[in-house]
Amino acid sequence: MKRRQFIAAGLGLAVGGRLALAAVKDGPGTAQSLEVEVWKGLRPGLFGERDINIDADGIISLETPYRAADAAAVPIAIRGLLDGRDGRYIKRMWLLIDQNPTPVVGVFQFYPESGGADVETRVRVNDYTFVRAIAETSDDKLYMTANFVKASGGCSAPASKDAAAALQSLGKMKLRIDPPATPGGAARAQLLIRHPNVTGLAMDQMTRTYPQPYYVRKIEVSYRDKPVMNAEVTFAIAENPSFRFNFRHEGAGVLVATVEDTENGHFEARAQVDANGAS
Amino acid sequence: MLPELVRRWAGLWLALAVASAWGAKAPLAVDEIAPGVFVHRGEVAEMAADNGGDIANLSFVVGERCVAVIDTGSTAAIGQALLAAVRLKTGLPVCYVINTHMHFDHVFGNAAFEGGEARFVGNQRLPASLSARADGFVQRVTETLGDAAAGTRAVYPTVLVDRDSTLDLGGRRLKVEAWPTAHTDNDLTVYDEKTGTLWTGDLLFDAHLPVIDGSVVGWLKVLDQLEQRPVRHLVPGHGRADVAGTDALARERAYLADVAATVRKAIRGGQGLRAVIDAGEGKAMAGWQLSEAFHPRNLSAAYTELEWED
Ligand SMILES: [Zn+2]
Repeated sequence: MKRRQFIAAGLGLAVGGRLALAAVKDGPGTAQSLEVEVWKGLRPGLFGERDINIDADGIISLETPYRAADAAAVPIAIRGLLDGRDGRYIKRMWLLIDQNPTPVVGVFQFYPESGGADVETRVRVNDYTFVRAIAETSDDKLYMTANFVKASGGCSAPASKDAAAALQSLGKMKLRIDPPATPGGAARAQLLIRHPNVTGLAMDQMTRTYPQPYYVRKIEVSYRDKPVMNAEVTFAIAENPSFRFNFRHEGAGVLVATVEDTENGHFEARAQVDANGAS
Repeated sequence: MLPELVRRWAGLWLALAVASAWGAKAPLAVDEIAPGVFVHRGEVAEMAADNGGDIANLSFVVGERCVAVIDTGSTAAIGQALLAAVRLKTGLPVCYVINTHMHFDHVFGNAAFEGGEARFVGNQRLPASLSARADGFVQRVTETLGDAAAGTRAVYPTVLVDRDSTLDLGGRRLKVEAWPTAHTDNDLTVYDEKTGTLWTGDLLFDAHLPVIDGSVVGWLKVLDQLEQRPVRHLVPGHGRADVAGTDALARERAYLADVAATVRKAIRGGQGLRAVIDAGEGKAMAGWQLSEAFHPRNLSAAYTELEWED
């Protein structure tokens, strides 16, 4: 019963949000237009009274499709744009989806060794919504950018196209390394994790029950024992989570990714990288 | 001859009685593509108010003892209209309702066949797959069709097929066969030995762009086998009523193989999911309808499957 009420509350918010959005969805985001109800409710808990600069030009950009081909796997990229020349770097990024039952998709930590804060992933989107990226720079300033995305039903869609196969291969990982496009640049890695990432929001109609949420919640990536990216994420990340990110590869070494899920499952993947950034 | 005539009259009378009981539900139009084999051709379209969800091919086969229905439509009302069509042709009872897979446009008319002697037949993985989606399906059908969707709910098969099985209609046997994950993870085909008619469900799309909701690799493997079957009549899940002797299977294979090749090449080249979907956006696939709705989604499905290949 609790979960039902929770969902109903989420839908109630969605209606309010949609009304506010209707007026602005064709125009560029302004301070006013981004202040929809859901965000007003979320903001104090995440950022307290801190100022959030909504002019994120040159700090971060957010790439989203306007309309999702598959609401259960919407590709999203947050790209840090600081080149390090002013001595600042992005140390943390939040990804939020206003109209999702759990709006916080994840928090990503970056380090000077990260080779530039930049993450691509795939998310579930449950309704027409703003998607927000908020960056915290090394001088403790916050910047926000947002896009409007048209999609629906992503969170209440069942996890898998092939349920039996998905369970069989759970925990399998793939770590793919692409050498830097330009010499001296950061290498790029993609981490893939076989996991149903069950939302708990898709009711099983025969049993009239909701499954237990069961998802990847933590990812830690290091290169030569130095942290590259740490992330805490929720079930808003699509089934078989995928993350692409940068890492600096000054010298050969091992890229290690460790993953933890909500049932205390631990998974690890390693890739040997040579001095050119190839594996 | 006489009993047959009596039966037909009885059927017609029943159809009229049934039609009036359901607010004069007009029987679905059907073609007799082979003796005793009737196919209703759904519109090649996405479900919308103007088509009432009548978007899939629905069939029935008449034996000497009873009738088997193959797929039942998107709503209870379409199921009733299909039953009315059965009643126009025969007074024999419906003993089997066969669902070729769990998509709403193939199973949501099942409710119309409850309460009689009909047993519901499906792939053993159908109940779980439908159960996980039924809530969302009902919501979508109701939002799109409004009153026309009244009474629509999932009715689950209880005769479950894990490999194959034979259903006896009296003087007529249907072979039902479960397949590995292809269009979905619960595809089932039906073969009528008497007329050489094969129902593929959505393992074969005609005119309507194929939709990948299972595995593109698995689907291509299933097509290898389907292409070997000698059939006299071939009923796809969408499109024409009978595509035997046409290039329908080859055309579907070409599309799926093209999707797989395009996506594999992109993955090898380091392209992300977004770039691959964007490249397919708004692209009309020659000779197919509904590309805009389904092609980008197919690319997305193929990408998330094929990126796991070594
Ligand atoms: Zn289908």
